[in-house]
Amino acid sequence: MNDDVKLGGLAWHLAVLSLTAIGGGVVLVAPDVHHYVSVQNHWLTDEQFAAMYALAQAAPGPNLLFVTLIGWMIKGWLGAVVVTLAAIVPSSCLVLALGTVINRHGGGEGRWAGALRDALAPLAAGMLAGAAWTFLSVAGAGWRGIVLALAAAAAAYATKLNPLWLIALGALAGAIGLV
Amino acid sequence: MQDARVGCWALFKVFSHMAMQGFGGVLPFAYRHLVERTQWLTAAEFGQLLSIAQLLPGPTICNLSVMVGQRYAGAAGGFSALAGLLLGPFFIVIALGAAYQELAHHPLFVSAMRGMAAAASGLILATALKLAVGMLRGPAQESPAAADTGGLDVARTLFWRRVVQVALLVAAFIGLGVAKVGLITVVATLVPIGFLLFAFVWRKP
Repeated sequence: MNDDVKLGGLAWHLAVLSLTAIGGGVVLVAPDVHHYVSVQNHWLTDEQFAAMYALAQAAPGPNLLFVTLIGWMIKGWLGAVVVTLAAIVPSSCLVLALGTVINRHGGGEGRWAGALRDALAPLAAGMLAGAAWTFLSVAGAGWRGIVLALAAAAAAYATKLNPLWLIALGALAGAIGLV
Repeated sequence: MQDARVGCWALFKVFSHMAMQGFGGVLPFAYRHLVERTQWLTAAEFGQLLSIAQLLPGPTICNLSVMVGQRYAGAAGGFSALAGLLLGPFFIVIALGAAYQELAHHPLFVSAMRGMAAAASGLILATALKLAVGMLRGPAQESPAAADTGGLDVARTLFWRRVVQVALLVAAFIGLGVAKVGLITVVATLVPIGFLLFAFVWRKP
């Protein structure tokens, strides 16, 4: 917990970012949030930041909750609530505003939506890989961490294994000193 | 499909149920609950809402919950579904965070977390890989039929679409992950470029 944290600044930052995160889900905000909370403000160490995402991934519910954990780590319950609301309320209001139109007319099929979808698919893939790279480089696991991540990626890609098992295997590999 | 019996409380319950089951991702459970159990959506409606939820900013599953809730009970329904999705998991992650702080000075725990974090970034990478493979496979499946009707032009368009897709993917990776120019810059530059190229130059044949 940190007394000189400006929660408003973090909330505003997250609100803007979550409105920018299109095509790939909330994990896309990770590189910017890392820069803000760890590099610029030193509220969390790199290792803590990477651990927050891993914990959110291990818990049930949307992975968006990693920002909740970051808020909680730096400003307790108030931080958790404010940061969560900042990340979901603006985008949800946008969805509600558009939803009236979508429910009435349908949507997502026309030429413009098609072109947008065509553009977002490769960008989402590239940005997700960029976010994964950010986590890897801040997790402090070195080249063996990279090997473990690639192995987990291959297993998740090729099998229908529940991701939770891969997280648990990762923890085990870390605990016995492989990473 | 518009069912008057589905109120805010029912939305809250169904979405919290699926969220609490959703270890390692809620989406598969969303399908099971919304399409198979409650039959609030048909499979086709689910697919359509999901693809819109992905196009819009914000977390995909949250967008989906807001759209489904709104369909049945207006804005209050949207927020009920969203609250159901987040409330239980909110307390669980904080319990995990508290455990993390208790154990943070334990060397064994620290190394376990390091392995966990590496595996978690591998999972993000797997999602990226699935998206990339799906995108590159897409046009190839359409090309035999398209080649019969459109000939060389279609093949050329498909080729250039693929080149642009790969270039956008690499640029997005470098921009966000390596050069670290920030999400807003990456999106504000590459989305318009990709959109204009796919809307006007290399439209889907």
